[in-house]
Amino acid sequence: MSLKNNLVVMLLFSAIVLSAPWWLAPIGANYPDLLQKFAIFGLFAIGFNILFGLTGYLSFGHAAFLGVGSYTAVWSFKLLTMNVIPAVILGTLVSGVFALLIGWLSLRRSGIYFSILTLAFAQMSYSLAYSVLTPITNGETGLQLSQQDPRVLDAMAGIVPTEGLPTTNLFGMPMSGYSGFYFCAVLLIIGFWVTLKIFRSPYGLKLTAIKSNTMRMKYTGFNTRPYLLSAFVISGMFAGLAGSLMAVTDPLAGAERMQWTASGEVVLMTILGGAGTLIGPLLGVGIIKYFENIFSALNDSALRAAYDFLPAGLADFLTTVTSPFVGEGWHLTLGLLFMLVVIFLPGGVMQGISLISRFLRRRLGMAGESGGAS
Amino acid sequence: MSPILDIDNVSKTFGGLHALSDVNLKVEEGETHAIIGPNGAGKSTLLNCCIGRLEPDTGSVTFNGRNMVGMEPWDINHAGMVRVFQTPEIFPDLNLLENVMIPALAKRDGTFRFNPFRSLARETEIRDRAMSALADVSLDRFWNHHAGSISRGDKRRLELAMGLVQEPKLLLLDEPTAGMARLDTNRTIDLLKQIKESGMTKVIIEHDMHVVFSLADRISVLAQGRIIASGTPDEIRNSPKVKEAYLGESEDE
Amino acid sequence: MDAILIQILNGLDKGGAYALIALGLTLAFGTLGIVNFAHGALFMLGAFGAVSVQQLLTISKRVKDESITFFDAYKEIPYLEIWWGDTGRMIIDYAVPISILFVIPFMLLIGVLMERGLIKHFYKRTHADQILVTFGLAIVLQELVKAYFGANPIPTPAPAVVSGSAPVGAFFGLGEDLVYPWWRLIYLLASGLIIFAVFAFLKFTTFGMVVRAGMADRETVGLLGINVQRRFTIVFGLAAVVAGVAGALYAPILPPDYHMGMDFLVLSFVVVVVGGMGSLEGAVAAGFLLGILQSFASMNEVKSIIPGIDQIIIYLVAVVILLVRPRGLMGREGVMED
Repeated sequence: MSLKNNLVVMLLFSAIVLSAPWWLAPIGANYPDLLQKFAIFGLFAIGFNILFGLTGYLSFGHAAFLGVGSYTAVWSFKLLTMNVIPAVILGTLVSGVFALLIGWLSLRRSGIYFSILTLAFAQMSYSLAYSVLTPITNGETGLQLSQQDPRVLDAMAGIVPTEGLPTTNLFGMPMSGYSGFYFCAVLLIIGFWVTLKIFRSPYGLKLTAIKSNTMRMKYTGFNTRPYLLSAFVISGMFAGLAGSLMAVTDPLAGAERMQWTASGEVVLMTILGGAGTLIGPLLGVGIIKYFENIFSALNDSALRAAYDFLPAGLADFLTTVTSPFVGEGWHLTLGLLFMLVVIFLPGGVMQGISLISRFLRRRLGMAGESGGAS
Repeated sequence: MSPILDIDNVSKTFGGLHALSDVNLKVEEGETHAIIGPNGAGKSTLLNCCIGRLEPDTGSVTFNGRNMVGMEPWDINHAGMVRVFQTPEIFPDLNLLENVMIPALAKRDGTFRFNPFRSLARETEIRDRAMSALADVSLDRFWNHHAGSISRGDKRRLELAMGLVQEPKLLLLDEPTAGMARLDTNRTIDLLKQIKESGMTKVIIEHDMHVVFSLADRISVLAQGRIIASGTPDEIRNSPKVKEAYLGESEDE
Repeated sequence: MDAILIQILNGLDKGGAYALIALGLTLAFGTLGIVNFAHGALFMLGAFGAVSVQQLLTISKRVKDESITFFDAYKEIPYLEIWWGDTGRMIIDYAVPISILFVIPFMLLIGVLMERGLIKHFYKRTHADQILVTFGLAIVLQELVKAYFGANPIPTPAPAVVSGSAPVGAFFGLGEDLVYPWWRLIYLLASGLIIFAVFAFLKFTTFGMVVRAGMADRETVGLLGINVQRRFTIVFGLAAVVAGVAGALYAPILPPDYHMGMDFLVLSFVVVVVGGMGSLEGAVAAGFLLGILQSFASMNEVKSIIPGIDQIIIYLVAVVILLVRPRGLMGREGVMED
């Protein structure tokens, strides 16, 4: 029974994820909408981590793959079937092809040139989605379902929507609410298993070695580009999967999903939790999505209520000081938090945890020794 | 028998500076060939031309019958010519064992192999080979230390293990004992002598004449980008040209 | 011909903004080796400097509006107008040019504080870390501005004297209907002037010579016993001033909003890369070049041939340059070229 054993890790992980609706209840984070977000962004972040965490290549364009995944999934709903399986598979595959193309070009450069190339490609995709590609993306309105969509597979199976818009389903099971979460959760577990395998494979070790010293890898006999490209494509496919799940839980795709700020968000989540660690990115997702939820719901009156136990003058003062950080200003808190992490804890929350546990162990160890002496 | 490494008329200029002019050097299979020469003579440039880090302006580098000029560094590595770097080029974020497993994996997997679902824990053969290479340089006790945290001398020995684990046909050693304490230097010399018995061809760049004369079968002297002498250690020791080159340097300093 | 001239002019003023931001980015990168993702936010801060000065000057008193007699109406009259009448009105009218006087020391202070407080700790860190921390700072700065000025663009007009258009066509003998806003011409002139001043400063002062030497070979200059560090702090302040002044002057052209910095930053980075990382001349040339290219791409004639080209032209150029000539148009060989 050790965390070195993949089976133990997977059992533990599955138990934690599947029981999330139960153990997140005390902090009020157990409603389906937020749970789905945890799982979807979790997939996005662990995929991004395969590229950034292992190889150190910082992509600022991963939102493009998220967007492609969403568009593909919605098109699958429109043309083929409301069943989510083809949507998810196609979303992942199409993003993979797209990632192959962009990665093949971007990986001709490294360092900040690579970052800027990915950024440029993503911005181009975003701009084109708004303008020229309107027939595919439906421009600013976003791609939506309509009752008149052909849905060939559904039609062949004799499924015709009775009234209103059809809903996404898994062989008849509706993909909203908790069942939607469990579908995402199962995919998250599978995705986590893939990253776990990669992290503990010779392939993964080589990726970390590329991050540590790319030049040395080349002289050690490795052609680094196919390694980087495959990692890029895998992480792009994760992003595409996450994007298609967004469409599964809410069948709508808009270009804003591809903007570079969305790429920035996944960078934030990964770094905050701890890039290059297995569960760090998931922690980052949890922290950011949870607090985004709490903080953006807060307003001045809620703050005032929270400070109610304090003397009136002090409470007013605190309300004034803290109000820019909540509600609309949640991003301010996020930016500050992020800066603090990059400055003081480049390894993210995971580094913090390991520092604390080492400290505790030393303290406990010392206490044990002195106890034995006396 | 044709030489395993044949450097033929290699020239390299940087800007207007002639780093190498018409260098000719033949290394026979199984021998230990030392290249010595004053600072700035072009020794490192020559090595860089061999392993594809630099491309010579003219001339060819033939290794095992194939011209290496213009080849990618990883292909040169797999052809069997491996370099041990002067400034340690290790993987500072990995532990010592992983540092040696990487070149061992290169030997097995080739330039690229996509095996994300293979378990690293099951790579016992690779692990054992890496461990025994670490044992050769007596670093096996520290296998789980971070490579970035060990001393400079230890890093040099780790470099050596990384080169040896690939069992190359030709090992290029760039000042393998620089920065080592006397004891470590002697141990390294012993190790290199052992390898010599195994028949591995070696090219050594070295400043330390003690090391050079205890290891080399033949010595070439490089000065101002030219080979000025080539021969057995005794011939080199008594060559007036070589003395001049070295004395010239000491006058400059 | 008219159309081409007007497109060039249109491109030049946008190019001027790109060039000024890219100039600062390049200075910071060349001297300090810092990849500053917060540089766009400095441009935005400068623009809001102009907004603040305008708002300060127009602090008003609520007075009864005597012109309306049938009910009690109130109107706001700026104190300046109450105290000094027409002179006060004129000062308010000139808010943007006046703001420059405040923006310069303010941005210098911001720049120096930023370098001393944050950036200097990141010299030894990786470029990725630098990007990340300055990206965080950019978010913080823009959210602060959003908290105090709101999310909507704030109109910041140029002085009335120059609110009209210049008869450019008549000047070049190309017809009367070819006109161009005065303020944009002024902006163009000012960017030229600032660029000239920066180059002159770097070229003709000893301070500038040390900085240039430092850009070429930092270690050697450090070995000469010159305190490069302090000079670089000032250079960072200078870069901030250039960005800030560019922003303040741009306020009448594009009403400032909190995310204008990010929009310009992404493009300016592309400009820097196209010009060549670390090359000041390259940054300026690429700035104007890309501005003009973008302006041409947005002509209807061009768009009808290649739809959507106006949206992506800059990125497209950057991608091609990066893939074909990674050192950029004027970059030195081997600088960040991998």
